[in-house]
Amino acid sequence: MEIIQQLVNGVSLGSIYALIALGYTMVYGIVKLINFAHGDVFMVGAFIGFYCISIFHLGFFPALVIAMVACAIFGVLIERIAYKPLRNATRIAALITAIGVSLFIEYGTIYARGAQPEAYPSNIVPLKSLELFGVKISGQSLLILGTSVFLMILLQFIVHKTKIGKAMRAVSHDMDAARLMGINVNNTISATFAIGSALAGAAGVIFGMYYTKIEPLMGIIPGLKAFVAAVLGGIGIIPGAMTGGLLLGVIEALVSASGYSLWRDGVAFVVLILILIFRPAGLFGKNVREKV
Amino acid sequence: MKTLKQTKTFWIWIAAAVVFAVVTQFLINGGTLNSFYVNTLFFIGINIILAASLHLIIGITGQFSIGHAGFLAVGAYASAIVTTKLSLPFPVALLAGGVVAAIAGLVIGIPTLRLRGDYLAIATLGFGEIMRIVFLNMDYVGGASGMTVAHLITWPWLFACVLITIVVIVNFTNSTHGRACISVRENEIAADAMGINTTYYKVMAFAIGAFFAGIAGALHAHNFYIIQPTNFGFLKSFDILIFVVLGGLGSMSGAVIAAILLTIISTFLADFPEVRMVVYSLVLIAMMLFRPQGLLGTREITSFFKVGKSAKGGSQDASKQTVA
Repeated sequence: MEIIQQLVNGVSLGSIYALIALGYTMVYGIVKLINFAHGDVFMVGAFIGFYCISIFHLGFFPALVIAMVACAIFGVLIERIAYKPLRNATRIAALITAIGVSLFIEYGTIYARGAQPEAYPSNIVPLKSLELFGVKISGQSLLILGTSVFLMILLQFIVHKTKIGKAMRAVSHDMDAARLMGINVNNTISATFAIGSALAGAAGVIFGMYYTKIEPLMGIIPGLKAFVAAVLGGIGIIPGAMTGGLLLGVIEALVSASGYSLWRDGVAFVVLILILIFRPAGLFGKNVREKV
Repeated sequence: MKTLKQTKTFWIWIAAAVVFAVVTQFLINGGTLNSFYVNTLFFIGINIILAASLHLIIGITGQFSIGHAGFLAVGAYASAIVTTKLSLPFPVALLAGGVVAAIAGLVIGIPTLRLRGDYLAIATLGFGEIMRIVFLNMDYVGGASGMTVAHLITWPWLFACVLITIVVIVNFTNSTHGRACISVRENEIAADAMGINTTYYKVMAFAIGAFFAGIAGALHAHNFYIIQPTNFGFLKSFDILIFVVLGGLGSMSGAVIAAILLTIISTFLADFPEVRMVVYSLVLIAMMLFRPQGLLGTREITSFFKVGKSAKGGSQDASKQTVA
């Protein structure tokens, strides 16, 4: 039963990775930019959620929604100020800007409020744990899983059934052709950043609730791992990011369970290098031949 | 005739460097430079080697590597093991640091250099993190508490290493191999079509860069008394990257100047680490928005004194950014 318990933990952790990975994969799919600042948007979301709960005494769901909205606005601001002027610049320039934005958010936060960690108030939501065939599933795990699955279904709905989703798919397929078809490319890219950042904000609040400790540099490692998850599933592919996140969470939980918990952070990067060597397009990706 | 002139210029530069080294040695011995300035000077030297080695990988060969602190860590730990555990002399440790880092460069370079652009960046970043975690979990090298190392470097050693690094990398850049690396940077597919073995040159540049990063690691370990895995994280790689990017991707003198300036600035801002990082990040963003080619672009500082000639090792059109 121990192994099932670990699988449940892995799935909870994996759904957090999946939520962050979705933002990475959507942004990469549309502007071909690794948005290094995405992990920091996740951190900002966690802090907004924390302040909503501890200062304004809001419940979990209002805090979640406020964090998502605030992060969406924050993401659009980042895109408009830092990335939009570089739309036609080289990839390396965009990547370095993303690193700069990431450092700025991290150290700006430390400068503004100090580096000390905060403890998320526990029992925000009174939940009982569930006993199922001898496996104890905590209420928080279920809440995390439920919230993530709901958000992912919502995302699928937005991407496949709405007009903006159609525009996003068109722009990611061919930006110039989409522009010729009368799609407002700039607004579509902003919408992508808004949706991705909102998901990262939600992941931040969920992460804070699950691990109870948040700090200004907490976004780096989950951000990188979520990127690994996005590459694992095939970058630019939305179901791939979900699968990749869940798979990575489960792998990490299994590594921890087999007694190598200190190596847990390393495993994600080993997975990354292996997937890049053997299947660079990811699990769900198609190999695209390079044209001259 | 031209070769003779070039050789002459080369020896003049070397003589100037040696004179500088001797004068500095007298100043250190005479006590004019106190230990604070000497420490800063050593730190500048190490950073110059790091900047030059990454310049070879990013600036010349155009391979975007952001895990350079991994090689620094490998060199630092390898050399520390040689002096503290095996009690061998310092020069052996210096060489061991470089060689082990170069082997690490080959091992990581051969599979990952098939990747391009963003994917390569992420793979090297992953490598840097893996190295940190490996050293964190190795009890032989002290785990998280790190390793205490004797302070063995002296000014002549440091200066010799800096000089050799710069001479080797500049001469490499101006050689046939260097031109092949530049062609890989300019257009990999075209280089391939011209019969250049692109993978060979990429791996070669990567291994040479890793070798010098390992040398820098050995100097780092024997300068700071203690090495810990946290010294070689993600942020260290970015520090090195910032030298190369601000100086100008493809400009050796730019990278060296940026390394000197930023080390001095960060020494003075050492009491305010957050301010330092905020300033760094804003400078990085502003630089990419307004002058993406860096301070000097692909030009060298010497080219500003030669009117009507283009710089060696750079592209003809300095206003155009060609890297990646």
